[in-house]
Amino acid sequence: MAEVEIKAENLVYGKPRLITDEVMHYCPGCSHGTVHKLVAEVIEEMGLEGASVGVSPVGCSVFAYRYIDIDWIEAAHGRACAVATAAKRLNPQNLVFTYQGDGDLAAIGAGETIHAAARGENIVTIFINNAIYGMTGGQMSPTTLLGMKTATTPYGRDPQLNGFPYKIADMMAHLDGATYITRQSVHTPAAVRKCKKAIRKAFENSMAGNGYSLVEVVATCNSGWKLSPVAANKWMEENMVPVYPLGDIKSTTLPK
Amino acid sequence: MADKEVKLMKGNEVIAHAAVRCGCDGYFGYPITPQSEVMETLMELEPWKTTGMVVLQAESEVSSINMVYGGAATGKKVMTSSSSPGVSLMSEGLSYIAASELPCLVVNCQRGGPGLGTIQPSQGDYFQACKGGGHGDYHLIVLAPASVQEMHDFVGLGFDLAFKYRNPAMILADGAIGQMMEKVVLAPQQPRRTQEELLAQCGKWATTGKGERKEQNICTSLELQSELMEKINERMQAKYREIEQNEARWEEIECEDADYIIVAFGSSARICSATVEMARKEGLKVGLLRPITLYPFPTKPIEALAERGVKGFLSVELNAGQMVEDVRLAVEGKAPVKHYGRMGGMMFNPQDVLDELKDKLVK
Repeated sequence: MAEVEIKAENLVYGKPRLITDEVMHYCPGCSHGTVHKLVAEVIEEMGLEGASVGVSPVGCSVFAYRYIDIDWIEAAHGRACAVATAAKRLNPQNLVFTYQGDGDLAAIGAGETIHAAARGENIVTIFINNAIYGMTGGQMSPTTLLGMKTATTPYGRDPQLNGFPYKIADMMAHLDGATYITRQSVHTPAAVRKCKKAIRKAFENSMAGNGYSLVEVVATCNSGWKLSPVAANKWMEENMVPVYPLGDIKSTTLPK
Repeated sequence: MADKEVKLMKGNEVIAHAAVRCGCDGYFGYPITPQSEVMETLMELEPWKTTGMVVLQAESEVSSINMVYGGAATGKKVMTSSSSPGVSLMSEGLSYIAASELPCLVVNCQRGGPGLGTIQPSQGDYFQACKGGGHGDYHLIVLAPASVQEMHDFVGLGFDLAFKYRNPAMILADGAIGQMMEKVVLAPQQPRRTQEELLAQCGKWATTGKGERKEQNICTSLELQSELMEKINERMQAKYREIEQNEARWEEIECEDADYIIVAFGSSARICSATVEMARKEGLKVGLLRPITLYPFPTKPIEALAERGVKGFLSVELNAGQMVEDVRLAVEGKAPVKHYGRMGGMMFNPQDVLDELKDKLVK
């Protein structure tokens, strides 16, 4: 096939400049690729390419630094918000954000996350909640739904045996230092647009020195859930969203 | 702040003053006895108003060492301090910092363990400091101060070595050195590096934000391909061999003609220097070799003394016998090597050490 010349005026969509050409390791249907794209677009649109530092977690997005062309620090499991705290305090001119999953953020990193928010650190956390440890092979996480089957809850999550899931975003909304807490998704084009707006608002919030922002993205892990990408989206809508309802939870300014 | 000042200060307080004066960019800590005066002094000094240094009380030692990791990744001169149980919590972070080849300074004002143990002085963390602590093949550069002045001097030295080798450095003090007051000459105030100076020094690796730079800077210790991970390990090991070659530091007191050598570091060495005087008065030729760096360990001078025909070595430590293993490795069977120690926060006196030396080596 002959190469088609694309005229600038006809170009309506393209890969964000900050997304590298590296082949992503994410499974087809996974939400990470979409959220990476939104993060890259917002950084570009805000003109912060040269002043952004991401902190990647342990989990599926451990290699986020391969895909978004900014400086990155790879944190130990759960410690991203502590790492980001210092990176931001020592370089207040930079946009510093963490990108974490539910195992990293709500299990092993709950302490670091909550205290960074409580202190009102001017950082942003992008929180991908797919209710499962994806990279490790589909074990139960703190946000795994009751009855949900995982590698460590093969007969479904039983509260007597495995405890209850918790809504860390709602908990964090009680903290004075956390000023913007929102829960989004990326399973439809409309949801993607809303999620991008939320990421932009969070990044602006942090650059304005208005404390801590959390963008939770209710996401799919079709491989871990053992569903097709389409079925995973449907399952998420029917099961995850009622437990983790979408929309802004808190949007305010730091108390005086 | 005046240029050069002579003060009477606690070892822990001096750490804080030395940090500000050497142009440290950030301190992240968590209170624990017997080292809490470090952060307390920094909070009193309010260096953010003078030099712009960041001081932050974290929610745990796990968090404070990861703050140090985040700060070090951006090329800043950052540090923390703690005591034994807190340093155990930092071990994961120290492994990551060493593996990511980042510079930082950690002060361990040791207390007696294991477990919650006691708040009294100990040297029970020699293994933890020198043989790993965290997982994997890495080393900290370990400095052992024996005076309040050395507490001061090793802050600057620790940072210099940490940046020279892009490796975490540790000041392994103990509750006695941290809590005792002595005369100290404070260094003149150095300005913190400007961002231009920082970029000149660390621009190739520090995650400062790309700015005009084309390539990304990424601080990570992850490499899933074994062939590449082995190469990274080999590079780190080559660095450690270089450190071992160049950076061993020690002090010899009356070792030249000594028949018996006491090897002791930190507060133990202070006590043992009096033992040497007592022994010499009795006509017993005893010398003291004081390792100043515990890693790299001063193997060569100990080896040389053994080759010269020293009749015996006594490793005197406030623990159950840790450094003695390194002394034995250096002596390589050429002479008897014994250990004397006390634990649980108890100290020996110079006479105890002399009695043990006679009992174990002079027969």
